[in-house]
Amino acid sequence: MAVTTHVPVAAEPEASAERRAPTGRESQVRMTWRRFKQHQLAFVSLWIVVLFYLVAVFAEFIAPMDASTYNPRYTYAPPQGIHFVAVDPDGSWHFGPYVNGYKTEIDPEALRRVFTIDPEVRHPLGFFVESEPYRLLGFIPMQHKLFGTVEPDAPLYVIGADRLGRDQLSRLIHGTRISLSIGLVGVVLSLVFGVIIGGFSGYYGGWFDGAVQRVIEFIRSLPTIPLWLGLAAALPRDWGPLQTYFAITLILSLLGWTELARVVRGRFLALRTEDFVTAAQLDGASDYRIIVRHMVPSFMSHIIAATTLAIPGMILAETALSFLGLGLQAPIVSWGTLLQDAQNIRTLAGAPWLLSPGIVVVVAILAMNFLGDGLRDAADPYGR
Amino acid sequence: MLSFLFRRLIAMVLTIWAVSFVAFAIIQLPPGDYLTSYMASLSAAGDRINPETIAALRERYGLDDPYVIQYFKWIGGIVQGDFGESFEWKAPVTDLIWGRLGNSILLEGLAILVMWLVALPIGIYAAVRKYSLGDYLATIGGFIGLAIPNFLFALVLMYLWYVYFGQTLGGLFSPDLEGSPWNLERILDFLAHAWAPVLVLATAGTAQLIRVMRANLLDELTKPYVVTARSKGLPEWRAILKYPVRVALNPLVSTIGWLLPTLVSSSVVVSVVMNLPTAGPLLLKSLTTQDMYLAGAIIMLLGILTVIGTLISDLILAWIDPRIRYGGR
Repeated sequence: MAVTTHVPVAAEPEASAERRAPTGRESQVRMTWRRFKQHQLAFVSLWIVVLFYLVAVFAEFIAPMDASTYNPRYTYAPPQGIHFVAVDPDGSWHFGPYVNGYKTEIDPEALRRVFTIDPEVRHPLGFFVESEPYRLLGFIPMQHKLFGTVEPDAPLYVIGADRLGRDQLSRLIHGTRISLSIGLVGVVLSLVFGVIIGGFSGYYGGWFDGAVQRVIEFIRSLPTIPLWLGLAAALPRDWGPLQTYFAITLILSLLGWTELARVVRGRFLALRTEDFVTAAQLDGASDYRIIVRHMVPSFMSHIIAATTLAIPGMILAETALSFLGLGLQAPIVSWGTLLQDAQNIRTLAGAPWLLSPGIVVVVAILAMNFLGDGLRDAADPYGR
Repeated sequence: MLSFLFRRLIAMVLTIWAVSFVAFAIIQLPPGDYLTSYMASLSAAGDRINPETIAALRERYGLDDPYVIQYFKWIGGIVQGDFGESFEWKAPVTDLIWGRLGNSILLEGLAILVMWLVALPIGIYAAVRKYSLGDYLATIGGFIGLAIPNFLFALVLMYLWYVYFGQTLGGLFSPDLEGSPWNLERILDFLAHAWAPVLVLATAGTAQLIRVMRANLLDELTKPYVVTARSKGLPEWRAILKYPVRVALNPLVSTIGWLLPTLVSSSVVVSVVMNLPTAGPLLLKSLTTQDMYLAGAIIMLLGILTVIGTLISDLILAWIDPRIRYGGR
């Protein structure tokens, strides 16, 4: 390890003069970060992921409406879109964001309300508009939203409404919080299982290692969705949203820890015979100290990368479970429960914006995969 | 070869045994036992419950015995081909699942076949013409194929089909051919329906196989034996297909082992979305109605299916790679 010399690709203008480390003495974090920045796709993905998590944290503030606010007058109202420039018939120009109103007609044959966008009616949009009081993250009292219509009662369905006249965009934003956090909590749980089991298995080896490896092989050889379904179906129906939420994350990580355990074990096995570990052992350091002070720092970056790569799987699993109706249940809004509304093809043909959670899922998954790939490459000290 | 086969068979039996524990645990998980649900459904339907029937059923499933004995009664029945009774359908589980399981196997088999047929040539092309336009297209397509969840792809496909052709895409057979025996008409009808789910199932796997094949072949192409083959004047296509491709195939075969569990998983979800008569929708229905013997049997059989598939891929691997056949412990 000590012989690794590092040749910088280019001088770094942003490093301040007194902090500039001589070549070969850069801290590992800084080296990783610089390698990571060279991976452009991963770097862009990092910002997308950060954006996603910002939306998740400030969901109540960003979403123009509450996830459960419904309005039977606007069932399946089509997307309004946001417009920025308006031209009046007399030729005068107006700048500033606005949405168009709706014209409703009753279809004489199907006896259904049909919505058309009415370009004559314009509802201006504003930033930080007043709203009903709410609590951000459940405890910060607020009464302003990031954006909304200036007139309080004007309809705002930027990407359309669902069957109860709820704003799809707002629901999507609230769903982002649940779906992303379930991925995160699930991965943290998996990581705890994975690090403990994989760590013991790799550090001590022997029969315990053998047994753990067989269990991992066994779990990985099984189709996960049927098992997840079976476990999720056993949850009592009368559990509240919070209990179901944590039960689902636990179920996901029950089968999800194997990959992380494999990575941790692999690193432990590789490091166990390294000279610096032997040196620490000869110095009389305790097992705990060797693991925490010497081994963990040298594979931390691998763990972070593997964890990032594990999150998309968790999100996908939750989406699939909720989509099938055995994951999170109706009052909870997640990408999966939102997609449940898109199950009927005839409904979907009339309201294709119900598929919008799907687009969000794909973007989030792609970004996290690229980010994880980039981190993994950057964390490898022998990579280029 | 024999000792290799023997070791793999032992491992398979042990795995199936472990699968049975998992399936049994899932049967036992929901609160109440099989008969409480059964009686609840009977009284909900307004039927009178015959105490003798109840007592007979209690005896048959050993519901008053400890779990261990219940397990052995259950597994004993399975060994004799009796998977228990579905209270929802009022029929033995075996009558319900075999046909559907057959459809599952058929679909998944076709999906694997399509994956290989598509991924091999593209993977070889992408490796031989590295960094060409085709290579980039394959890489981008692969990433997108990996990122789109199967059920979402199925939904989008069904949506587009409905909007542009006015037909709903789904099912595996036309209604009038549902129960008829296999003949040419039924096979054509099946193919006319099956292309969509097979396409959906094969996409993600194809993307992965292309990446594996490309990486394997890239490793091989720079090796000295390829240079030798070229310098001896072999035509380029032979120099590539005859040696490096064959070597690169080995790791690819072993990918079936981890491809199959994902494939079985996704076929469950896709079947629900596309309303296919496979084991998936039956599993979902049995789980939502807490028809646990049916659910346990399906989970058990899907697990066994996967394990057998993995064994087959191991055998193929041993067959094409003498290092595995003769090596080992």
